[in-house]
Amino acid sequence: MSEQQDMITDIKTPVYLQYNFTAGKSPARFLSQIKQGILTGQRCPSCQNVYCPPRGSCAACGVATEEEVVLSGKATVQSFTIVAIPIPGNPIKPPFVIANLVADGANISFIHLMSDCVNEEVHMGQRVEPVWKPQEEWGYAMDNIKYFKPLDEPDMTIEDIGKLALNAEKV
Amino acid sequence: MQKIAIVAYSQSQCVPQAGASNEVELIMPRLQEVYEQAGIRNAQDVDFVCSGSCDYLQGAAFAFVSGVDALGAVPPIKESHVEMDAAWALYESILKIRMGQAESALIYGFGKSSPGELPIVLSQQLDPYYLAPLWVDTVSLAAMQARLMLESGVISESDMAAVVARSRSNALNNPKAQLAAQVSVEELLREEEFVAPLRKHDCCPVSDGASAMIICTAEKAMEWGKPYALISGIDHRIETHNLGMRDLTDSPSTRTAALGAGADSGPIDVAELYAPFSHQEIILSRALGLGDETQINPSGGVLAGNLMMASGLSRIGEVFNRIISGDATRGIAHATSGPCLQHNLVAVIEGAA
Repeated sequence: MSEQQDMITDIKTPVYLQYNFTAGKSPARFLSQIKQGILTGQRCPSCQNVYCPPRGSCAACGVATEEEVVLSGKATVQSFTIVAIPIPGNPIKPPFVIANLVADGANISFIHLMSDCVNEEVHMGQRVEPVWKPQEEWGYAMDNIKYFKPLDEPDMTIEDIGKLALNAEKV
Repeated sequence: MQKIAIVAYSQSQCVPQAGASNEVELIMPRLQEVYEQAGIRNAQDVDFVCSGSCDYLQGAAFAFVSGVDALGAVPPIKESHVEMDAAWALYESILKIRMGQAESALIYGFGKSSPGELPIVLSQQLDPYYLAPLWVDTVSLAAMQARLMLESGVISESDMAAVVARSRSNALNNPKAQLAAQVSVEELLREEEFVAPLRKHDCCPVSDGASAMIICTAEKAMEWGKPYALISGIDHRIETHNLGMRDLTDSPSTRTAALGAGADSGPIDVAELYAPFSHQEIILSRALGLGDETQINPSGGVLAGNLMMASGLSRIGEVFNRIISGDATRGIAHATSGPCLQHNLVAVIEGAA
């Protein structure tokens, strides 16, 4: 034995596993609509809350969200942050705004970008609308909407966010 | 020791490919079915929820967290998860009840194995320094175990084929089974080898699905007024991960777990054994000392359909079903995990006296 072994600080054992991914029946319905430029939500038959985007169940009630509703895409800022540092792997140059948005007619927020705005003026209750990518770039993805931009409408009071009556029709 | 009552159990159809469904969509129908059986509304009506799954199966990080969406966790619930077969989620739930922290529990297990190459995916459960980098798959390891048994003369290829023939035939009575048929030992032995000495039929199929169960104290079961069976004992033991140190032709951990669960304190009418390979059923029934008085794997066992992370819980559920139907009064259920039957759990289930 040598007097002193070198300390082994790492070994390389790369893992490559291939999967055929499926989003789920309910997300697949949502993604098929967004590929057509239509933002949809799905309603819980129990508590009536509308999820956008849907994941398959109402997480509050544990039941499937079967009923699909078309949303206009207009939304309200529920919360937001201004990112001032570059995020590894993220192509967007800082500073940029990430917002928690509640689509009109939906009750649960989703996260998206805000742009075409004065970052320092973004605020809770602010009304926004989607800016879609050119139609030829639409895929099965949430980023068919490039970002949301401010809408010239009065703010929504904070306690009303997520409670906007739904004028959406069934699909 | 406090006996625990099983009041509800449901398993999905074993299918080779669950199609577009995600984990939440696989779990929800099972939960609705056990709520209905137990006569409760939802997960808010039990004191504790525990699930078993493995994110490597569908290749989706935190898939088990998505599974919680099936529960309706508003207001918040007491919930836990094991990165193991849900038989161990049952074990955790039983401990929770015995400690007096819950009177009832919902347990579910789910696996969507079809998106990946399951035997390769499972190679990553091996020791990370020496074995996992070699990508030794589970079928190859089981084949080496079978070869040891054949060459040492403790079993013959006909014994293995007989296990398969009985599984296929029993599965004809199991509407949830994936593989069922009337087939002879001779026909099976005429099939070509797959990973020698295993033929394809010696290996369990890849299946997608979920199962769920509700357990509670015997007092609670009487309060609910539903038929129930009692888990009178449960134990689990694990062997070293170093395959070279194990006697692969035997399962001492199963034997010790069975003793710990009190399996020897009465007759065993039925045994549901989690044997993913035909020769492993022989190892297990010998380790458990099962004789002609015991009906082994009347459901067909996992050779007829293997829901990874749910099959162990399903073995317990299958024995429960037979006790409720009156086909058996006392049985044992076995669950396994790891390569070549490394980790084994045994539960004893009895009719409510």
